[in-house]
Amino acid sequence: MTIAPSLSPVPQQGSWQSHPAEIVSILEEIETVSTYRMRFRDPELARSYRFKAGQFNMLYVPGCGEVAISHSGPPDSDTGDFLHTIRVVGRVTEAIRALEVGETLGVRGPFGNPWPLETYRGRGFDVFLVAGGLGLAPLRPVVYQLLKERDHYGRIGLLIGARSPSMLLYSEEIRAWESSGIEIQRTVDRADQDWHGSVGTVPLLIDRLRGVRLDRTAMFVCGPEVMMHYSAQSAIRLGLDPSAIWVSMERNMQCGFGHCGHCQWGSLFLCKDGPVVRWDSAFSKMRVRDL
Amino acid sequence: MTPIHLGNNSDATSTSSKSSSNHTQDRNQWPHGFLPKEQFPAFIDLLNQSFDEVIGPRVDQGAIVYDAIRSASELPHGWTDVQSPGVYRLERKSSIDDSRTDHSCEEEYFGYNVGPHSWKKYLFPPLTTLMKSKKTTDGWQMEMTAEPIKRRVLLGVRACELAAIAIQDKVFLTSGTVDPIYQTRRNHLLIIAVNCTQAASTCFCTSMNSGPECRSGFDLAMTELSDGFLVEVGSDAGQTIFESLKLRTVTTDEIDRGRTRRARAVEQITKRMNTDGIRDRLLSQLENPHWNDIASRCLSCANCTMVCPTCFCSSVDEVHALTDDEIVRQRRWDSCFNVDISHLSGGPVRDTIRSRYRQWLTHKLATWIDQFDTSGCVGCGRCITWCPVGIDLTKEVATLCEESS
Repeated sequence: MTIAPSLSPVPQQGSWQSHPAEIVSILEEIETVSTYRMRFRDPELARSYRFKAGQFNMLYVPGCGEVAISHSGPPDSDTGDFLHTIRVVGRVTEAIRALEVGETLGVRGPFGNPWPLETYRGRGFDVFLVAGGLGLAPLRPVVYQLLKERDHYGRIGLLIGARSPSMLLYSEEIRAWESSGIEIQRTVDRADQDWHGSVGTVPLLIDRLRGVRLDRTAMFVCGPEVMMHYSAQSAIRLGLDPSAIWVSMERNMQCGFGHCGHCQWGSLFLCKDGPVVRWDSAFSKMRVRDL
Repeated sequence: MTPIHLGNNSDATSTSSKSSSNHTQDRNQWPHGFLPKEQFPAFIDLLNQSFDEVIGPRVDQGAIVYDAIRSASELPHGWTDVQSPGVYRLERKSSIDDSRTDHSCEEEYFGYNVGPHSWKKYLFPPLTTLMKSKKTTDGWQMEMTAEPIKRRVLLGVRACELAAIAIQDKVFLTSGTVDPIYQTRRNHLLIIAVNCTQAASTCFCTSMNSGPECRSGFDLAMTELSDGFLVEVGSDAGQTIFESLKLRTVTTDEIDRGRTRRARAVEQITKRMNTDGIRDRLLSQLENPHWNDIASRCLSCANCTMVCPTCFCSSVDEVHALTDDEIVRQRRWDSCFNVDISHLSGGPVRDTIRSRYRQWLTHKLATWIDQFDTSGCVGCGRCITWCPVGIDLTKEVATLCEESS
């Protein structure tokens, strides 16, 4: 028989297999956004499961469907727990919100390219994280890792934009990060009477950065596409090289391993060639409408 | 004849290196033989006795489709197809007055081109169950479903279709993650290719370097002559069958007649597509106004992707039992022409026909090369024939790219 070509070494198999995970706790963050702590039911899987900052899982509510959600917790948890910060936007996320602590859902993953921390670790690089809205969630694992490996990096900055002060995610935790030596800047689109900070979009915060070491700085950007676009433009105006800027793209992801075709963006399957993409690769595609 | 045993194929990987190296050997090292037409029905019977299923061409609903074949009498003997953009018609071969060749009126088993089906449906099934979930008092239990292994013969695979299978091998087996459903089905196939001895007006395999002659990727390849078949071996499994058939060697005259017939297919191919630098040429035309012109004709019906032997997009549906505590996940073919495929919470990314046609064409002919180091097109012409409004991608490519020069 004609034998199919085989991949070596041992290829990943059965990637459609979802594994029951239990919701350990639920923390309501802001309006329509909650963080779920989950743990695989299978103790062996719970023990061995690892992911990297920037990767995502496919969360599955049987009978309703799957949704791709980024990890928002520490990448090296000893307990086997992992976190997902989820906004209710559609059918599946609505079904997840209906779940209670102790209930199960299916989890497949992790999938996707992580943020390229390993590229910059130990080389004295400064790292700026730029988050728009819920885009802070996929960057939170980066913050955890940077803090854990603080000595391996130079200056660490976190620029956060939100629609309004009440929509600022993880606000208490951010104050703790601030006291751990991370430079934090916040801006909101619409201020309220208690807001004394910056008003405007995130790229403005990038425009105002001072003392950036242009050849020793990496920038990770996550948020709505238009926000990432303008943020990257601001960073380039500042003098950063496009190859030092990374964005995390969102597309319809279904399989997670480049077989179903949904997440194609030019030649990329964003589920496996992304979601984290270097700006010099993303730029030309982002300019094409409806690509 | 007694059924052929090809050994245990359940552990296909153990023989993969051996077998794949066979395909790179000089073809002339493999034996050739002659199967007389009188013996052909017995050959089909033998295949049916030796395998779980023999899939081959048959006439159904006014077209030649691929389906289970239990005897040679079910093959489309004497039938041929006439194709042009948006047109497919079955005709009796004897009714066609073609003065170009001496053989055109002959009744052949494989005297047609390609129909709406491709072998894709046997490797990447249009609908398949992936996983089952069951609600218990202790939460959801989830397990993958495994389908029973079927040893299939694909009979009548054309050169462009061998190329299409090789392309889907890259998608589902060697691009990083293995699709276990595809792999299992793929490893239990016996591929009997049949060389084209004619071509449709929609064929352009010579432009895509995928035919019309079968060169690799088969167990046996046959060329149909008026009195029999030239049989060529392409693998160890093919060799086993070849030996059991006890065929006599071919004569020089038969070899010549086979060559003449295969050359006839080449001569009949009139459609061309310029593939030189096509990736860069197409990707430089993403804002060409001609996409709007195509969009004004395209119905976004997805026919082209359904008949395409390489298109691989799929979606997963939730299928409920009567109660809500048993759920099955089913994968079905999807298409980049369906608006939902690019759905995001804010709406679809590609919400215009212009953007969806552009995605299909640029993926097929350009970005596919980046992804899989091969074009996604084999030149079978199905998308041209089965397009209800007769859009011909070779013409669209010419228009899109000519405007750049």
